[in-house]
Amino acid sequence: MSTLDPALGTGKLADDTAQLDEVWSSPPGLYGWLTEVNHRRIGRRYIATGFALFLLAGLEALAIRTQLAVPENDALGPEIYRQVFTMHGATMMFLFAVPIMIGVGIYLVPLMIGTRDMALPRLNAFGYWIYLIGAITLYTAFILGVAPNSGWFNYPPLSRREHELSIGIDVWVVVVVLLEVAALVGAVGLIVTILKQRAPGMSLNRMPVFVWSILVMGFMIVFAMPTLMTTTIFLGMDRMVGAHFFDPAGMGDPLLWQHMFWYFGHPEVYIMFVPGLGMVSMVIATMCRRPVFGYTAVVLSLVATGVLSFGLWVHHMYATGLPRLGTSMFTAASMLVTIPTAVQFFCWTATLWGSRPRFTVALHYVLGFLLIFLIGGITGVQLGAVPFDLQVHDTYFVVAHFHYVLLGGVVFPLFAGIYYWFPKVTGRMMSEPLGKVSFWMMFLGVHAAFWPQHHLGFMGMPRRVYTYLPEMGWTQLNLLSTVGAFTIATGVGVTVVNLLVSARRGSPAGNDPWRAESLEWATSSPPQRYNFRFIPTVRSRAPLWDADWNEQPLVVGLRDDQREALSTSILDARPDHRAILPGPTLVPFFAALAASVPVVGVLFGLHWVPIGGALFFIAISAWNRPHHLPHRMEEESGREHRLAEQEREREEERQ
Amino acid sequence: MAMRSPSIRLAPSLAACALAGCTGTGVQDVLAPAGPQAARIAAWFWFSFALAVAVFVAFAAILFWGLFRAHRRHLRGEDTELPDKHGNRLVIWGGVVIPTVILLALLVFSAYTDRMISRLGRGPGEKPLTIEVVGEQFWWQVRYLDPEHPHREFITANEIHVPAGRPVRLLLKSRDVIHSFWVPNLNGKQDLVPGRTNDLVVQVDDPGTYRGQCAEFCGVQHAKMAMLVVAHPPREFDAWWESQLRPHAPPSDPEAARGEEVFMTNGCGTCHSIRGTLAKGTVAPDLSHFGSRRTVAAGTLPNTKGHLGGWIADPQAIKPGNRMPPVPLKGEELRALVSYLHSLK
Repeated sequence: MSTLDPALGTGKLADDTAQLDEVWSSPPGLYGWLTEVNHRRIGRRYIATGFALFLLAGLEALAIRTQLAVPENDALGPEIYRQVFTMHGATMMFLFAVPIMIGVGIYLVPLMIGTRDMALPRLNAFGYWIYLIGAITLYTAFILGVAPNSGWFNYPPLSRREHELSIGIDVWVVVVVLLEVAALVGAVGLIVTILKQRAPGMSLNRMPVFVWSILVMGFMIVFAMPTLMTTTIFLGMDRMVGAHFFDPAGMGDPLLWQHMFWYFGHPEVYIMFVPGLGMVSMVIATMCRRPVFGYTAVVLSLVATGVLSFGLWVHHMYATGLPRLGTSMFTAASMLVTIPTAVQFFCWTATLWGSRPRFTVALHYVLGFLLIFLIGGITGVQLGAVPFDLQVHDTYFVVAHFHYVLLGGVVFPLFAGIYYWFPKVTGRMMSEPLGKVSFWMMFLGVHAAFWPQHHLGFMGMPRRVYTYLPEMGWTQLNLLSTVGAFTIATGVGVTVVNLLVSARRGSPAGNDPWRAESLEWATSSPPQRYNFRFIPTVRSRAPLWDADWNEQPLVVGLRDDQREALSTSILDARPDHRAILPGPTLVPFFAALAASVPVVGVLFGLHWVPIGGALFFIAISAWNRPHHLPHRMEEESGREHRLAEQEREREEERQ
Repeated sequence: MAMRSPSIRLAPSLAACALAGCTGTGVQDVLAPAGPQAARIAAWFWFSFALAVAVFVAFAAILFWGLFRAHRRHLRGEDTELPDKHGNRLVIWGGVVIPTVILLALLVFSAYTDRMISRLGRGPGEKPLTIEVVGEQFWWQVRYLDPEHPHREFITANEIHVPAGRPVRLLLKSRDVIHSFWVPNLNGKQDLVPGRTNDLVVQVDDPGTYRGQCAEFCGVQHAKMAMLVVAHPPREFDAWWESQLRPHAPPSDPEAARGEEVFMTNGCGTCHSIRGTLAKGTVAPDLSHFGSRRTVAAGTLPNTKGHLGGWIADPQAIKPGNRMPPVPLKGEELRALVSYLHSLK
């Protein structure tokens, strides 16, 4: 059999495909849209929403740069300016970077591990609705002129009620709580899917690097987000019911906020770029036509990065007057995290050395990532040193540093990913020439915008100032930085045009235009609603490059009259049972609406908390009514896991 | 908000700053140290910068040289696969060994720098001059402490006068939100956290004026919360201290006397204080000896009659969101008030 799908061409099985299509389709129209639980639809929504918010945050960045282009500018004024920079930070951190990485994970992971859907499809949909409600709430406040205005970090006491009466901070608290719920739910869905639904034979040490990076991200979210949730709820209680968590006059401590916030906030940065590192590994492997050098080292580095990132939050707090010895320990920890990144850098370099890469747009973005992220990493090491940090902390040097890290580590890998996976999602290729124009504008724009900011930091320009005096000598560099920001924006605009045009007119891609190694390329482009007619089995890290790929057994016997996925064991992915997955349902949508009633409701009065709680109880009861419970494998249909048996026998023969 | 701030020019005080020895390209320059601590930090930076350049150039060279070589070998039809042995060597040396050595060097030098900086003015028997700085939205209260002679203590605002060549210990407090005290030419920053007292020791090498600015976002006028550090030769500093302790003398000039009356009858004294008068407010800058200060509105404007008048007439136009209420005064009253404040030398 030469195709993955042995069913093609035979009458009986063709009928089954039609039935699968029907089982996996969703109702038409708005109702179908609201009831959708399929991972690729949800993932696409996450990505589209996240990208739209990225563009909005980009516009906010342009507003900031316009205000700062010349000294004593009054384009925005101090009150609007502080709202705009808060929105820029909060949107980029909470609404763009984490959700879009979760979205890419939700779209790609089931395809990459060879399964039909996420393990918890309704939870998945629920997460998206919560995220959307959070985004709408934040931007509604912005449009009404009451956006949060004390920075995305929102340090108390400035953010406490006695200093900031504006409802904007309450909106921030509410939105962050919603987004934490969304991120946690997304992370749990991804973790369970990755651990329990991998194709037979895909043991942990055969998982694609990107899946590993999503797994690491998922666990980081699970460990970091609850801390942020607790501390935002503390702030909400300080503001809304007169608690004193952060009030020194009431035995509270403003530094409690900073410890808890950065215990989340530092890993947050790594949460955003760990998936980026995973994407880079996939693109490099494909464009070099060979597996990434040092798979084990790369994966262990990802895990080490995730673990270490929890041990260095204090480097955001050197200036707060903590004991010196403790801060030195955090210097060492901050520098230590460099090692796993350096290992990955040299694994990629070794891969590139040992091949003749295809210089596609995706690889351009990867090389751009290597150079930009390296600069951000170097300044990061410098910032880890206490005395130097005390000079440049809260200056434009830091602004330059983290924009190099985040544009380098999140945006460039993401753009590499867009150009790389677009054919899979749409079935069409993106324009390579336009992509190169976009890349060079973004690459040069990043340096024009952010390199001068290192100098501005040395010249004493603090962050978050809405204006400055001409005598400070900051004018030319600020102007250059603004020009750079507009160059980046133009580059992004070119990619947006490319996306829109290619989605309609791009040349047809075929199933596997890059001749890549991983399973997502084994299905059609775009994939069928059920991803795989038969679940493939895996014997190596690069299944599609195996000489006998087309002879490998397939899983047959999954039912086609209801949504069903194969559940496998955690370590070595041996078939375990069949999981029945839920189809379209309104429950997640209603549950999300109900869950946001108490959260958003506190903006209007505390009585909404019990009301919303009751609504959510109803929603969650509907969610859990027995009919919807997935059950374990049944043998009633008389089919068996033929493939699983074959695979087991094969393993036994080998041993 | 389309509030047009008046053209703000600090030229006089900044020119003085430049003459007095602020060097470098900016007036707040980390890399133009005017004190031993900033000098040590700058030295650490230049060391790390040299390493950074070496690391970047080396990595870029390895990456592109390898790509070029692989391409050439491919053209010659040779196998481009990198033997595992070479790849492992690349990863172990480039990813582990060399970074570890570089990081250790940076770590040791950083710890040494930190120690040298922290030591200044804290040795046994050293008694640095102690000044308390309290951060406020959006200005600085400065209290000169003399524990042995409490009657010699006094309060000023927005200007910190210090003797050159001697360590000065700053006790940093905040009355409202978190601020951060930062004079880049002298030393790194230190936060002023409500409920805590932090301290920072600075030492200025040469007499001169150095500008500093709040570095932690503290509200709508964070951008305009600056201060000047004025370093005097030690003897001149003692004279300055004495001059600050001189009691308030009723103004001799009739316009200034009229101004004092305006000050006292318009409620200015509920927020501001002038030592030796009935004005004893504590929520706004102390105005004793205000006439000798270089700036108004916390480093925002040079202290000329015109700017002072403009500030009193409409403070919200200059720093929107600051805490000073508008004071409706007739032109004659305003002129008198300005003369009075300028007479407080």
